[in-house]
Amino acid sequence: MLSLSNLAVARGGVTVLRGLTLAVLPGQALILRGPNGSGKTTLLRTLAGLQPPAEGTCDLPADSVAYAAHADGLKSTLTVAENLSFWSRIYGGPAIDRAVGALNLTQLARRRAGELSAGQKRRLGLARLLVTGRPAWLLDEPTVSLDAASVALFAAVVRDHLGAGGLAVIATHVDLGLPEATILDLDPYRARVIQSTGFDEAFA
Amino acid sequence: MKALLLRDLALAFRSGGGFGLGLAFFFLLSVLVPLGVGPEGGTLGRIAPGILWVGALLACLLSLDRIFALDFEDGSLDLLATAPIPLEAVVAIKALAHWLVTGLPLTLIAPGLGVFLNLPPGGHQWLVLSLLLGTPALSVIGAFGAALTVGLRRGGLLLSLLVLPLYVPTLIFGGEVVRRGAEGMALGTPLALLAAISLGAAALLPFAAASAIRVNLR
Repeated sequence: MLSLSNLAVARGGVTVLRGLTLAVLPGQALILRGPNGSGKTTLLRTLAGLQPPAEGTCDLPADSVAYAAHADGLKSTLTVAENLSFWSRIYGGPAIDRAVGALNLTQLARRRAGELSAGQKRRLGLARLLVTGRPAWLLDEPTVSLDAASVALFAAVVRDHLGAGGLAVIATHVDLGLPEATILDLDPYRARVIQSTGFDEAFA
Repeated sequence: MKALLLRDLALAFRSGGGFGLGLAFFFLLSVLVPLGVGPEGGTLGRIAPGILWVGALLACLLSLDRIFALDFEDGSLDLLATAPIPLEAVVAIKALAHWLVTGLPLTLIAPGLGVFLNLPPGGHQWLVLSLLLGTPALSVIGAFGAALTVGLRRGGLLLSLLVLPLYVPTLIFGGEVVRRGAEGMALGTPLALLAAISLGAAALLPFAAASAIRVNLR
């Protein structure tokens, strides 16, 4: 499970969110909402352990996280199957067949990732989550460049994952059609931007 | 870890992977220097050890910024940092892949290029041995430099400036081994120091590089 207590996150030395206290239990999904620049990505990177919290604690075991950022981490000269099996072997996760089928990539398995369309690349990036075999999914705008059918496909994948006892934190502006998900509006947690007057920040 | 090594090697050998860039540079240098220096055999043979080592060093330098920059740009580095492999091992594997793609081929073609440069016959075996022992240090030190500059746009210039002074000891001892070997002198000391630099760099720098990457990913 994921639990945050009084968490504050900072980007470039400026605190963007503070006072986050919440818990996400296995089987639950949390949808992060908030305007651009409100700190959704920073929060997800903090949860993933890529940056330390500015304040408070974030309790999520590092070996349970599968993080999907804006960039999909695909190698354009490797095929779809090669990209996926690389991540599967890195994580020691399950075989790639199920992931390929779940995101409708079977027809594309032997194509190079560089030849895919933006939406197909995104589906491949999301298929990577399935081969990690990890319970906590942190997804940053997962539906960008997906068409309506693919969004539905992805929502089904997330629902399966939750049903199997996983959890997910999703930053998105799109309605995924997950009625069971809790929606968290980040606006009340935005930190007041303090204008720096000294030179200290340059040396921090 | 084996998966990461195999992926990096596969990427290097596919189109646009950069394999052969350093090799071609090394080859061109060794072909052009004799033409530039002129046909007087004595001069060429005397400067051959230094030219060959400088060539190998610059050839390594050419491909350094690719070690982490490509993975940073497409987001793989974020994902590798959250993967079960420790980041120190990622650095070590990537340095190894870089060596297999640049340092090792350089070592293998060096004796042929030594002939172009009129390297005295006794020097060839020491050229191969010194490159074999010294080029791993070039890759590991380079990986450290690449880790320091990973988030920077056009970090190649800064990377070269950071790494060049760190390359100096390797160059001095490497060139010295070949020079002494070519002249038939004792070369145990520079050879041991060259090996020590490689082993020390391989033991310590992955940790420094991993810390640098963690800071750069924040």
